Amino acid sequence: MDNDNATLIKQACADYDNDPRRMMDILWQVQDKLRCIDGEAMSLIASLTGTYRVEVEGVVSFYAFFSDKRKGDITIRLCDDIIDRHAGAQAVAEAFSGALGIQPGETSTDGAFSLEFTPCIGMCDQAPAALINDVVVTRLTPAKVKSILRTLRKTKDPQTLIGKTGDGANSDPLVQAMVRNNIRQPGPVLLTDVDPEQGLRAALQLSPQEVISHIEESLLRGRGGAGFPTGRKWRLAANTPAEERYVICNADEGEPGTFKDRVLLTEKPDLLFSGMTIAAYAVGARHGILYLRGEYRYLRAYLEETLQRRREQNLLGSGILGRKDFAFDIRIQMGAGAYICGEESSLISSCEGKRGEPKNRPPFPVQSGYLGYPTVVNNVETLSCVPRIMAQGATWFRGMGTTGSSGTKLLSVSGDCARPGIYEVAFGVTLAEILEQAGAQDAAAIVVGGASGQIVGRTEFHRRLCFEDLASAGAIVCFNSSRNILEAAAYYMDFFIEESCGYCTPCRVGNVFLKKGLEKIMHGEGEPEDLDYLRNLSDTIIATSRCGLGHTSPNPILSTMEYFPLVYSAMVKERPGGMQAGFNIQKALDEARIIAKRRSLIYDPAYGDRE
Amino acid sequence: MKRKKRIATVSLAGCFGCHMSLLDMDEHILELMELAEFDRSPLTDFKTFSRRCDIGVIEGGCCNEENVHTLQEFRKHCDVLVAVGQCAIMGGLPVMRNAIMHSEDPLRECLEEAYSSSAKVYNPNNQIPNDAALPLLLDKVYTCAEVVKIDYQIPGCPPTGEVLWATLAALIKGEPAPQEYHMIKYD
Ligand SMILES: Cc1cc2nc3c(=O)[nH]c(=O)nc-3n(C[C@H](O)[C@H](O)[C@H](O)COP(=O)(O)O)c2cc1C
Ligand code: SF4
Ligand code: SF4
Ligand code: FES
Repeated sequence: MDNDNATLIKQACADYDNDPRRMMDILWQVQDKLRCIDGEAMSLIASLTGTYRVEVEGVVSFYAFFSDKRKGDITIRLCDDIIDRHAGAQAVAEAFSGALGIQPGETSTDGAFSLEFTPCIGMCDQAPAALINDVVVTRLTPAKVKSILRTLRKTKDPQTLIGKTGDGANSDPLVQAMVRNNIRQPGPVLLTDVDPEQGLRAALQLSPQEVISHIEESLLRGRGGAGFPTGRKWRLAANTPAEERYVICNADEGEPGTFKDRVLLTEKPDLLFSGMTIAAYAVGARHGILYLRGEYRYLRAYLEETLQRRREQNLLGSGILGRKDFAFDIRIQMGAGAYICGEESSLISSCEGKRGEPKNRPPFPVQSGYLGYPTVVNNVETLSCVPRIMAQGATWFRGMGTTGSSGTKLLSVSGDCARPGIYEVAFGVTLAEILEQAGAQDAAAIVVGGASGQIVGRTEFHRRLCFEDLASAGAIVCFNSSRNILEAAAYYMDFFIEESCGYCTPCRVGNVFLKKGLEKIMHGEGEPEDLDYLRNLSDTIIATSRCGLGHTSPNPILSTMEYFPLVYSAMVKERPGGMQAGFNIQKALDEARIIAKRRSLIYDPAYGDRE
Repeated sequence: MKRKKRIATVSLAGCFGCHMSLLDMDEHILELMELAEFDRSPLTDFKTFSRRCDIGVIEGGCCNEENVHTLQEFRKHCDVLVAVGQCAIMGGLPVMRNAIMHSEDPLRECLEEAYSSSAKVYNPNNQIPNDAALPLLLDKVYTCAEVVKIDYQIPGCPPTGEVLWATLAALIKGEPAPQEYHMIKYD
């Protein structure tokens, strides 16, 4: 390794006190500067941080945004989600490939460009979208690809691609993104113009216990997907005796089709940070972490500045708003492209500088989380509700929504609809009402909740979006009647195969077999018993996986089988004779024919005649 | 008296260990002969089916075209197919060649490794066997269930003579297969 590189690496480690728990930050810095973290770099980082090379390599290999091979100076990551494909991503990918002379997954020989596919980057309402280094480009077309590459070749700086910036804070000098918020329907809780600190001031008048009681009374439930009662979570953490406690905000937003946290981070960062501060006050935490997905790095400087301003305004730091006994600060932890890091225990592993693998539970994070301390992990939207509840009261909050789901929910609507974007609605609204509002009258199938959610058909459009009925983190992906529902299910299975952390065999291997089983059906080779096989295998994966990824990964198949039985029954048929339709002897022999330079005595019938 | 069940057996890409195990049922073979007769099988040395059979017992998976053809013949001529042993069920040792998957030409790489490039091989002319009488190899090893439908599987490498006897006897009598722990525990 040359001296310059070694100096850079030493600097990166020194910037984080050679602390292996800050491995994510160290690796980000090295990856940024050297465009890779190769073997020599890993060894050096390991020795500087007092850990083993295999530990470092374990982390590097885990995250999509880290690489042991050199990436191009400019890395283009194109979202290849089904939404983007429907919006023309294939042509965009071909345009990039053609113009750069490389395939997705490759780096140009001069080291200038890398092209990659990536799962959802949270821009579903402006697809096809891509990340060019940290810069987001949206609504891509083959024509735009040409001009993008022309600019990049000239300036070598992706930021120069941004002409007109998006609405709201997307045009903030520290954001400067072409991203649009697309807030279609503001609501009374989150997307409204209010003083974000009112709730914090109110909370600090109360005792921590009273704050928790308030949140309990509001019946606020987690917006990240699982719907766990937030008040109860806080109380569990507060009641666990410990010297330190942590509050972590989950801004990993990796569920395909979900982008509402991005809009909150852009438009309401103070509301969020205020919510984290209230949580910290309630549970007795001095430190907070915002775990920001790598894809949203374009928001980092803006969020850092917001935090800095809050410190200056005495909203963070010690003696917050004059409360001498209350000190709290927040650091931002960047993720690096791993869906599983949205799972709270993986997220904690990642914050600790490790591979983003889920931990065994119990102990739950509220008992033993970040560095072993009681930790509250809450979604961006959950925490953003908190100051509003403190300001307006639990009764006000409970007055919206349904009995089991109080308040409002942000929906991320995308796909085949006239008005994709963010809708803040009271819990309990029906799918049909949302589709009407979004201009998706011809919708034939809706993915509720993203890859891990449910793909439902028209028969279910009367159902209500709330924890008692269709529970989700709020993704609503619309497919019109021209879309192939099995193709969507197959894409989501590919997503899970790629994103499984690999710890449990049922998830790591089972999802591959599920996908194969689905493909067999899609190729018209399936039989009715294959449907039983898919069901049984799904049950096994759900029953034997360690974390929520494996518990939900069969959903695309299970829900399409449930809600689109006719699609499946049209694709499978009984095949008497006992032969497997999926086995193709001609294909299986092709290679051997070439190597042996002869034909098959058994399966090439003309063989005997011609010789 | 009811007619005896007819059993056919074959070893495809296997080591004949499963057939050895079949013989390992010792004097149960006499009881088996009370219940059934063997048709096409290495035990009778019948190379073709003389009649339709009730049960086909398959050892080994498919690594070449002849295996496929034989297996398909078994499917056509037997009511019930029983895959016996790891090779038939999962591919067994032969399936290890499927690990060569990140190659442009996995079969060629496998043959070269086996016959010429490997350090322990003495093959000065780098000749790879290619007699016209040799069946063509498949691109990879397939389990029996990938090629035809399989009705029952008896795991083990090999399954013991006791398990084979008990399972075949149960199948013939239309009883549930034995599941005693000691019979299916292998270590
Ligand atoms: C595979 C997987 C991915 C997840 N991704 C996210 C995510 O991106 N954002 C999120 O807030 N919660 C996510 N969760 C849920 C979290 O584990 C956790 O329940 C949530 O952050 C708790 O916050 P809440 O109670 O406020 O919802 C995910 C869960 C699983 C199993
Ligand atoms: S279920 Fe999947 S993602 Fe979760 S721990 Fe197991 S292998 Fe990892
Ligand atoms: S399963 Fe074992 S005993 Fe049977 S054929 Fe295969 S290797 Fe031989
Ligand atoms: S950005 Fe492509 S699907 Fe979300």
